[in-house]
Parts: sequence; C-alpha cells; structure tokens
Amino acid sequence: MDPNSKNKKKFDPSKQKQKSARYFRSTDDNQGDGANKQLKKKHSKGYERKGSVFKGKAGKGLKIFKKQHGHDDKPSKKNVHNDVEVFEINMEKVDHKFSRNIDRKRHGRKDVDTPKGRLRNEVDPFPGEQRVPANLIKKYQYGPEEIDTSTNDPEVTEKLKATEKRQKYAAKETARTELLKQDDTGFLRKTGKHEDTTKISQHDLANAVDITSARKFFELKLNDFGPYKINYTRNGRFLLLGGSKGHIAAIDWMTKKLLCEINVMETVQDVKWLHQETMYAVAQKQWSYIYDNQGVELHCLKKLDNVLRLEFLPYHFLLASANAKGYLSYIDVSVGEKVSGYGTSMGRLDVMCQNPANAIIALGHSGGTVTQWCPKVKDPVVKMLCHNSAVRAVAIEKCGHYMATSGIDRSLKIWDLRTYNMLHSYKLPAGAGQLSFSQRGLLAASMGNIVQMYEDCCTKAITKPYLMHDLHSSVNSLNFCPYEDVLGVGHSSGFSSLLVPGAGEPNFDALESNPYQQKKQRQEAEVKMLLDKIPADMIHLNANIVTEVYKMTPGERAEAKRKTQEFKKLNFEPKRKTKGRSKSGKLEQRKKGVNEEHRRDYIKETVARKRAEDRNQSFNEKRSLTTSVLDRFKKKDNS
Amino acid sequence: MKVKILSRNPDNYLRETKRDIHKVPRNYDPSLHPFEASREYVRALNATKLERVFAKPFLGSLDGHRDGVNCLTKHPTRLSLLLSGSCDGEIRSWDLSRRQCISTIQAHDGFVKGLCAIPDGSGLMSCGTDQTVKQWSMNEDGILDPEPVVTLLGKSLYQQMDHSYGDNTFATCGDKVDIWEATRAEPIRSFSWGVDSVHAVKFNPVETHLLGGCGDDRSILLYDMRGSTPLRKVILKLKSNALAWNPMEAFIFTVANEDYNLYTFDMRNLREPLNMHKDHVSAVMDVDYSPTGTEFVAGSFDKTVRIFPLNIGRSRDVYHTKRMQRVSVVKWSLDDKYILSGSMEMNIRVWKARASEKLGVLKPREKEAFNYNAKLKEKFAHHPQVRRIARHRHVPKMVYNAQKEIMKITNSKRRIEKNRRLHSKPGSIPMIPEKERKVVNEVE
Repeated sequence: MDPNSKNKKKFDPSKQKQKSARYFRSTDDNQGDGANKQLKKKHSKGYERKGSVFKGKAGKGLKIFKKQHGHDDKPSKKNVHNDVEVFEINMEKVDHKFSRNIDRKRHGRKDVDTPKGRLRNEVDPFPGEQRVPANLIKKYQYGPEEIDTSTNDPEVTEKLKATEKRQKYAAKETARTELLKQDDTGFLRKTGKHEDTTKISQHDLANAVDITSARKFFELKLNDFGPYKINYTRNGRFLLLGGSKGHIAAIDWMTKKLLCEINVMETVQDVKWLHQETMYAVAQKQWSYIYDNQGVELHCLKKLDNVLRLEFLPYHFLLASANAKGYLSYIDVSVGEKVSGYGTSMGRLDVMCQNPANAIIALGHSGGTVTQWCPKVKDPVVKMLCHNSAVRAVAIEKCGHYMATSGIDRSLKIWDLRTYNMLHSYKLPAGAGQLSFSQRGLLAASMGNIVQMYEDCCTKAITKPYLMHDLHSSVNSLNFCPYEDVLGVGHSSGFSSLLVPGAGEPNFDALESNPYQQKKQRQEAEVKMLLDKIPADMIHLNANIVTEVYKMTPGERAEAKRKTQEFKKLNFEPKRKTKGRSKSGKLEQRKKGVNEEHRRDYIKETVARKRAEDRNQSFNEKRSLTTSVLDRFKKKDNS
Repeated sequence: MKVKILSRNPDNYLRETKRDIHKVPRNYDPSLHPFEASREYVRALNATKLERVFAKPFLGSLDGHRDGVNCLTKHPTRLSLLLSGSCDGEIRSWDLSRRQCISTIQAHDGFVKGLCAIPDGSGLMSCGTDQTVKQWSMNEDGILDPEPVVTLLGKSLYQQMDHSYGDNTFATCGDKVDIWEATRAEPIRSFSWGVDSVHAVKFNPVETHLLGGCGDDRSILLYDMRGSTPLRKVILKLKSNALAWNPMEAFIFTVANEDYNLYTFDMRNLREPLNMHKDHVSAVMDVDYSPTGTEFVAGSFDKTVRIFPLNIGRSRDVYHTKRMQRVSVVKWSLDDKYILSGSMEMNIRVWKARASEKLGVLKPREKEAFNYNAKLKEKFAHHPQVRRIARHRHVPKMVYNAQKEIMKITNSKRRIEKNRRLHSKPGSIPMIPEKERKVVNEVE
C-alpha cells in the first residue's frame, strides 16, 4: 500500500480549494490576497512533505500541516500542548506558526531566559503543587461524591470521614494523570458563522484529513448476501459481518486483513463477538452457534433457538438472546450453562440493546413499551411506555444515563435513565430503524438509506444533524467503532465505514481494552477477565449497589418482625423407650401432646401480646392530646 | 471549518523490540471502567479464598528433646538461634534456618524452670528445680559450653527467671522475687507480698526497671527494681499463668489466665482490664507479644496456639496439628515472621506468623498484588460471603465441642442472671460489665 500513488491526487491544493468553495458558504473574508498566496505556499509545502510521510522518521511522519491559530479563534488548551494535526478544510486564516515560545507566553512564564548566575536568587514562578481543576477532580471521583458521615457511633463517623478524605485525595491524584494522555479528541469545528457541518460529505472529510484517517472511509461491496449485521470487538480492532443470506466474515478492518470468511448456508439474524476476537456468536435460522476466528464451529447452542438479536455482556460473560417467540435467555459462555430464561410474553423480540453501565438488557416491543431485564429477576425491572406505536430501535449511552428510542411514528426520544423522564423528543423525516451511541455520546440513526449523526442530542435540544450520509441502500446495522472516529454501517449491499470526527474516545486504557494488543497480552487479559467474572446475580439497576449499606425500610422491618413471630411448627420426634412404653399409639400420643402444648404456648403468647398492644392503644387514645373543649360540638357518630 | 480525526501512530503504542516490555497507556476515566465495585468485590472474594487455600502455617518441628519442653528463649542478637529447656534438665540450642540442634547440655537435675539470654548475646542463664541458678557461655555459632560459668545456690525452688533489658541484673521468682546482679552471689533485693509464691516474672523491655509477676494467690504483681516494696497487686478470679509486656507501649501487658481467657491491662488502671481475649477452651499457659506490639500469641492446654490482635476480643487465627499436645510455651520471633511453640510431647514447632504469607523474597509485582489484595480484603471485610470465608477455621473435634459447651454455659448463665434480675427488686442486682467482674481486688 503505497500511500503516495493514489492519494497524491486527493491532496491537490487547487482541487481542494474548489471543493471548499462548493461545499461551504463563504465567510467574511478579512484576509487579502497575500494571505491566500501564503496559504498556497504553505499548502504546497505540506504537500511536498507529504511525500516523505511514511518514509521519514517514525513518530513524525504523520505530521502534514502544522496547526495554525488565528487571532480570533480560541483553541482549547489541550491543542496547544500537543503537536496535534489539525486540518483546515477551507484555508482562510494564516497566522504565525505555532511555536514553543508562544506556548510559554501563554502560560505566563517570563523568567525562562534569565542568566545562569542569577538563578539562585530567582523566586519560583510556580510555587507549591499545581492546582487541579475542580471539574477534573469530579470526573475522577469513584464511588459516591459525598459520603454520609452522620452516624450514631463517633468511631464510625471518624472512619467514614477518613474514607471520604482518602477518596478525595485519590480523585485529585488521579486527575493529575490527565496530563499523561497522549491523544486528543477528534472534532469538526465551524470557523465561520454560516458554515454547516451537516453539509460536509464523507468525501470532503476524507480529502481533508491525513491518509491513514482517509483510509478509514471505505466501502465493501457485498451485493449477494446482504443485508449485513455488523459488530466491532471491544477494542475496536476487529469487525464481524453477517449477511442475512449466510455470509459471515471476520476482518481486521484497519489492515483489511481477513481472519475468516464462511457461508453457513442458513439465514443469519445477528452476529456478536464474544469477550475477545477469538470467538463470536451467530444467531442463525434455527439455533445459535459459536465459531472461532478461523470459522470453525465450536458450539451449537440448541438452547438458543429462533434468536433474532444477540447481546454479549463482557464483564459477566453472558450471552443474552431474544428470540422470535418472545423468549429472553442468558447463557454463561465461560461455562456454557444457561443462567436463566424468561418468556416475556411481549411478542417477537427484534429490538434489543444492553446498558453498558449496569449490564441490563433493554427490549423494545411492538406496543411502544421498552422493558429492561436482569437475569435473576423474572419480571422486567423497568417497564416504560415510550411510544404510541411500535418501538423500532433502542440505544443506551456508555455511562447508562441516557437512552434513545425510535418508533415507527417517526419520533426519536431521549430518556434519562436515572429519573425515567423524557428529555427530548425529535421528529425525524422517517422512523429510525437503527440507533447507536458512540463512546463520546454521538448518536447515529438510520432512516432507510440515510444515516444521520447527532451531537449533544441528549443534553440539549438540537435542530439539525451533525453529519449526514446517503448510502444508496437500506441500512441494516449501525455500530460506532470504539476508540476510533468511525461509524460502521451494515446495509443491503455490503458494509460502509464512515468518518465521524469526535465519535471515539481518544485515550484507551490498555488494561481494559487495547487496540494494539499482542497475542500474549490478549491471553493474559483473557485470564484476568475470567478471574474477575462478575456473577450473573450481581446485575442490578444500580451497578454499585454492592458497596452500599443495606437499610431496611419500615415495611421490610415490620415484615421481618412478623416472620420471627410467626408460628413455627415443632417437629418433635419422641425417643424410643423400652419396656413396652414405645407402642406406636403411645408414641403418637406423646408426640401430639408436645406439639399441642407448643401450639397452646404460641397462642397464649400472641393473645397476651395483642391484649397488651390493645391496652396500650386504648390508653394512648384516652390521653390523646388532640381533645379539646370544643369537641362536644362535634357531630357524633351514629355508632 | 476545521477537522481532526483520531489517528494514532502505532509506534507510540507498540513496544520497539521483542525484548522490551509492552506499553500500557492508562486512562483512569471512570466511564471506561464500568462495574468497578462489582469487579472489586469479585477480586476481594477471590483473594479471600486464595488466602484460605494458601494458609499452611506449619513449617516444621524441632525434634530432639527427651522430655516435655518447658521453656524457650529467643536469642537477642541472632534471629536463627533458639534456646530451649526441657523437663529433664536439658538445655538445647537450635539453628532455626537449618532446623537442627546445635548443642546440648545437661544443665539441671529435674526441670529447667527458667531460661533467659543475656542481652549482649554472650550467654544464657537458667534456673531449675535443683534450687540453682546457672550462667552458661555460648560462642558465635550458638554452641554452649558444657560447664557453667557461674553457679548460684539458692535456698528455695526457683519457678522462673528473666534478665533485665537495661543492665546486668536479672530476676528470679519462687517463694519471693529476687533481683540479682551478675557479679554477686547474693540477691541485691528481694520482694515478697504475703506468703504465696510467684511463678512467673517478666521485665518490661522499655521501662527497664519495671517487672511484673504472677502469684499463686491469683494475683498479678508489679515491681519497681528501684524501690524496696512491690508496687501494686491485682487479684483476678483465677490464677494467671504467664505475663507478657507490650514492647511498643510500655504500660500495657497481657496475662494468660486459667479461666481460658487472656487479659490485657493498662498498668495505670488495674481496676478493669482493657480487653478480654476469649477463644481458648482450656487454661492458657503462655503468651508472647509480636515485636510490633499489635498482636500476641497464646498457647493453651487445649493443644492449640492462637493469635490475637491487641484490641480485639477474639483470635485472628488458630494453629493446631494432629500430634501437638498441650502447649507449654510460645514465642514470637523477633523478625515478626515466625511463631515458635514448645509442647509437652517434646517437640518445638515453627509456624508462620501469618498463615498464608509467602516466604522468601517477593518480586515487586508479587508485592504489589499482595498489597492490593490485602486492601481489597479490608474494604470488603464486612460482606457476609467474604467474612464467612475469612473467618472459617477447622478446629479439632475436642475444641469444637468444647466451644459449643462453653457457649451453652455462658448463655445459660446469662439467662439465669436475666431471670434473677427480672424477679427481684429493681436495682438490687446491678449490671456489671463482664470485664469488671473478672477483677476481684486491687491492692496498693
């Protein structure tokens, strides 16, 4: 793959300028011709350098243009720190080069160039430890923000206070690690007032960005076996395609290396990677199967029949499936046993998603309800009426705070899962068939051939999509690629990978999921995952319930008290005695006597207790303080 | 319009050569680490289970004595040396690292009653039922000279002795407590209080003039070497067998009592013990503190050795073997890693102080993992599953049954008292805390 041969054309500056003219409204042009000339120069310079992009030194090769700042635009602080590559689609402003000297000035350091001899007398310009912004500390706060330290026991209070202090300290110190992050988020930012991101096409994006990123925009034409279901692995490295006519392919989509390709000669309803790229599950016409990444069938799950949708819960090793007869079942793939299964009696289940924050499965139904399930509860833990018509798609955001639903009534609704309130309701041009949230909260929705992406649609009311793309064939599956600015779309004529700036989390945690994982690392991670497997019965709406203190409600306390006072039958077995005293009749008589006595005792006790309670109550009533002299004028009861 | 798309340079994330370590970029954002509480809980549970799996505290036994082991002494300067005296009058020195006997001397006729090392490590002193106190010299390798350096003839039987940590004085006890100086043939001071004899004496390692003793009249006695009369005496319900001073807090000591319990006292307030340590099911014979002063070990007639945290009333761990008989003496090694117990069936046993600890040098990763697991166990200690697994100990049937019986007895006593209080004039049967009830009298 020689990057020079093909992509040189794309970066022709003259062409690019034409394009920018075509796709973007002109903004107030403050710069004169000189600036444009300079721009051209610069651009061609970048073009020149580009030839040596992959041949040059490692680490610097990717740099094509240096970042340029205008006076009026305010780049975020992060961008100033790192040498990020930012590409401008229309080059209007040209300014001084970004350099380290400017960086220093921005931070207010003035005494850098002092002569050596005077250094000792200099006052430290940054005394004390560096301050950590409060919002960052809040972000890294694990557990509850405020611990309730008010208890009856001073010792416990003291301990809780110490815990709180420790947690705060930990959060602060963790927030400092923000500095070590290597990458910044992607973005598509307006520079002019009248620019519109919605009008930017994928080709514009691909032309504007560097070639490695541009190569993430591609299409696989698979006309014969579609429509396709797709799924990315947790680290975003591998892609699984399942054509409904039986074609299954697993690929490393970045290098475009094929892992395996098979045809199961049966309808494929859904495909899902299991915990790693070594195995995947396929819901086929009759049963579900597990294949390895060579395409070898490992298991036939006859317990999962007629499955329409699959979800895999990676921390619990549970494969959840929803079938055509309305049956939801969970299989523990680490031991191969069925954990539980419930008939939902809600009809065909073809809308399903998981809540990544608490491993609860959400199902959408034809009546417009969305139900949420956990494996150890027979009934849905949450049942909400979301639409007046059938629900077509459900998606839950990474933190588990927001849920997006779409119905055939063309509405897209955003729900707050903490309060179960609807936050926003949008009317779409058509009912969204597929919904998907990205790691950074972008929402993608597909309407027929068109995919729309929305930014910040949960936190504020938006008026138009962030990006839009027409695929020319009906979309069957949407999935954002984790840790990449890429949206995968499975449609009836293959697979498309679209560029969505700002979709993916830029900094991965290698101990959680690592896109650059080696074989040994993968094997070690698998063992660790299995050791940390969370039991299925720990799934709860509140994922952190295990660290909370259980307090009985008054109702539960009364119930518990009642249970302790409940009559317990005494199972008395008389001893066998010699000398004819153990005739069966005698034994029975003795047994009956003891049991009867126990029962009498219980009755006596309860009667005494009740009488005492009554006495107390009547006494309290008599000395009731609410009586007043005016009571005599009250209307008397007929009784 | 400005655009930036995530584009990572693999060189920043991949190791350069195969010999290099893998690069592990971290992002501690909580949203990337879902289920942190549940995962920590599972890890804590696994750590607790592993701790029980690896709990193999018995390291080996030192076998060689031809009669029950009566006294043990740690060498003050060498960790691997141990000295022991038995009921046939023999003193042996042991190399703990090789688990071998280094040398043997026939020291006394009859029991070796008391044994103590001289703090500079040059020798040891012993007393026996033959009414003599002998001083022995020992070379660098722990080999004992068969001829005593000094022999002191006493007038009565000596029950125990201890050497001061500060100067070259030592104390013996019997029908009275004598303070000796190494150069003199007569005691420089004698303490007596009443007619009853004293069967245990211990110097305070911090306040070196102080010493405590246990008397046959169920008393605990405190002496100051500088004065001429004993300081204080506190009488408990039953006799105390041994006494140990806390090496870190000079005013705290613990006694092993005949009533199956141990009592920790603050010297400044003897009216009631600071803490009562229950769990043994027979008379406690000996007690010794860990060098950190946070825990102590007790050996009992119920054939078990138990480890107690200082401020908790129940034992942390119990050690027993099939062949171990009544434990007469226990010691906690000076490196805080081992426990030594001498028992009546002639063996000295070496145990780990922490049952599941891995011995030897730990690699940094191992150390980190152990620390992490310890913290997790602490965090989730109160969860019912974790607590159940961490608390479970298999004990011999005899101990198990005895525990049940003791429970039954205490419950019935409590019930009787409750009923008595219910049926008598209010206030006529006062509520006295259990700890206070154990102290009969305090005399000054």
